[in-house]
Amino acid sequence: MPGARKRALGTPALGSGLALGYLSIIVLVPLAAVAAKAADGGWHHFWQVAWNPESRAALELTFELAGGVVAINAVTGTALAWTLVRDEFPGKRFVNTLIDLPFALPTIVAGLTLLALYGPTGGIGVDVAYTRWGVLMALLFVTLPFVVRTVQPVLIELDRDMEEAAASLGAGRFTVFRRIVFPHLLPALLSGVTLAFARAIGEFGAVILIAGNLPFKTEVASLYVFEHINSDDPTGASALAMLMLVISFGLLLAVGALRRWATRHDR
Amino acid sequence: MTARRGIRAFSLGYLAIILVAPVGLIFWRAFEHGIHPFWAAISNANAVHALKLTLEITAIVVPLNTAFGILCALAIVRHRIPGMGFVNALVDLPLALSPVVVGLALYLLYGRDGWFGHWLLGHGVQVLFALPSMVLATTFVSLPFVVREVVPVLREIGIQQEEAAATLGASAFTTFRRITLPAIRWAVSYGVVLTTARSVGEFGAVSIVSGGIAGRTQTLTQYVQASYENFDQTGAYAASVLLAMLAITTLLLMTVVKRGDRSS
Repeated sequence: MPGARKRALGTPALGSGLALGYLSIIVLVPLAAVAAKAADGGWHHFWQVAWNPESRAALELTFELAGGVVAINAVTGTALAWTLVRDEFPGKRFVNTLIDLPFALPTIVAGLTLLALYGPTGGIGVDVAYTRWGVLMALLFVTLPFVVRTVQPVLIELDRDMEEAAASLGAGRFTVFRRIVFPHLLPALLSGVTLAFARAIGEFGAVILIAGNLPFKTEVASLYVFEHINSDDPTGASALAMLMLVISFGLLLAVGALRRWATRHDR
Repeated sequence: MTARRGIRAFSLGYLAIILVAPVGLIFWRAFEHGIHPFWAAISNANAVHALKLTLEITAIVVPLNTAFGILCALAIVRHRIPGMGFVNALVDLPLALSPVVVGLALYLLYGRDGWFGHWLLGHGVQVLFALPSMVLATTFVSLPFVVREVVPVLREIGIQQEEAAATLGASAFTTFRRITLPAIRWAVSYGVVLTTARSVGEFGAVSIVSGGIAGRTQTLTQYVQASYENFDQTGAYAASVLLAMLAITTLLLMTVVKRGDRSS
């Protein structure tokens, strides 16, 4: 009944038009302004501005740290998800709620809490302030939920019959994990680490207090952009911001593709 | 099962080192000399102004993004307008994009030489270093949450009930109010909680566009940074604890909404 359908849905033009207009003003036009600023002097000029020793050092550090975040989260996130699904211990529901805390906690507070304990006044004999280790810790704090929250639902749905069958045929616990569990978790794990990677590339609030302002040492890409805005170099800031924008968009498309791949049998 | 114990010790140990111990410590630091220093630190004029400003921005942003979120989710699921893949990616972008890029974008657009800033300043409207730019920045970063929660629910409920209501003569608005809205109310609530948390906690984008003038354009998260950098650790810890308490309230609300969703 096409007439009823149309009436039930309202006039598509009005609602969708409003939504698209809002999206344009809030998101699209501002980003276009960054692109325009970055492209101001042409392609050659863009690379000259985007690719100087300081920005290169910032990008290299950013990717190194994001790589570390991916590797560590893949292991700890899977272990946490496994503990929350397959293990029983007192306080499990509390721990499960706690996992989301980094999503809810303001990032500047995350950085400050890490400095309080692992900084110069922490009193436990370590000081990660103004070091790359400190920046890595801050990134691990804010990315903690991603892998847990993507892997956990898959682990809950996973049929245990297969694991029992494999075990009864003589497979060891590690073999069962490697051959049965891991392949099922892989798409979710990849989505989780990609999201964590994207977050690590762009994180700012959690790292600013810990990193200080040390070009070539702890200056990640977001800090580079921030410092170059402050020192009245919007062109330099825009060039790196444009690279970050392209990377973020690419990673989002990758997550979307992974999701479609993971659900390819359901459709 | 020693393997199970080992994995449990490993994962809970990691959680303790990265999350529980640091967050626990700032609560201890804020209250180690009793409630009075904490109270004194958060009741000074600048801290109170910062809290008010944060709540004011949140009160503007959350209704805007909720209304937009529902409209946008309807547009994505129900009306297959061309270019939907691009719209979808655009909606998700604030989740993956660095807040400094957002701040820079608004800085360029509404600055003296910006596309909009030039005209607006000419007409006496100050956007940058004032409330409007802080609202725009916060709106950008908290935009996806309601959309992302509502889209899957709309997909799942289908359109049969809406069609039935329309066949029986209900107007589009009545159909939305009586059929669609009750079905998505938990998803909307969950999205609202997430939007609120993100708005209260916003730091990066706002700190670029606001100027961060104490007592004027400084939000609570910026107050934390400014206090810490001015060696006022008590002030920084106290404001952080206040924000952490808001975050914990958010977590509790999320649990309540999830439970409500399951029981309905």
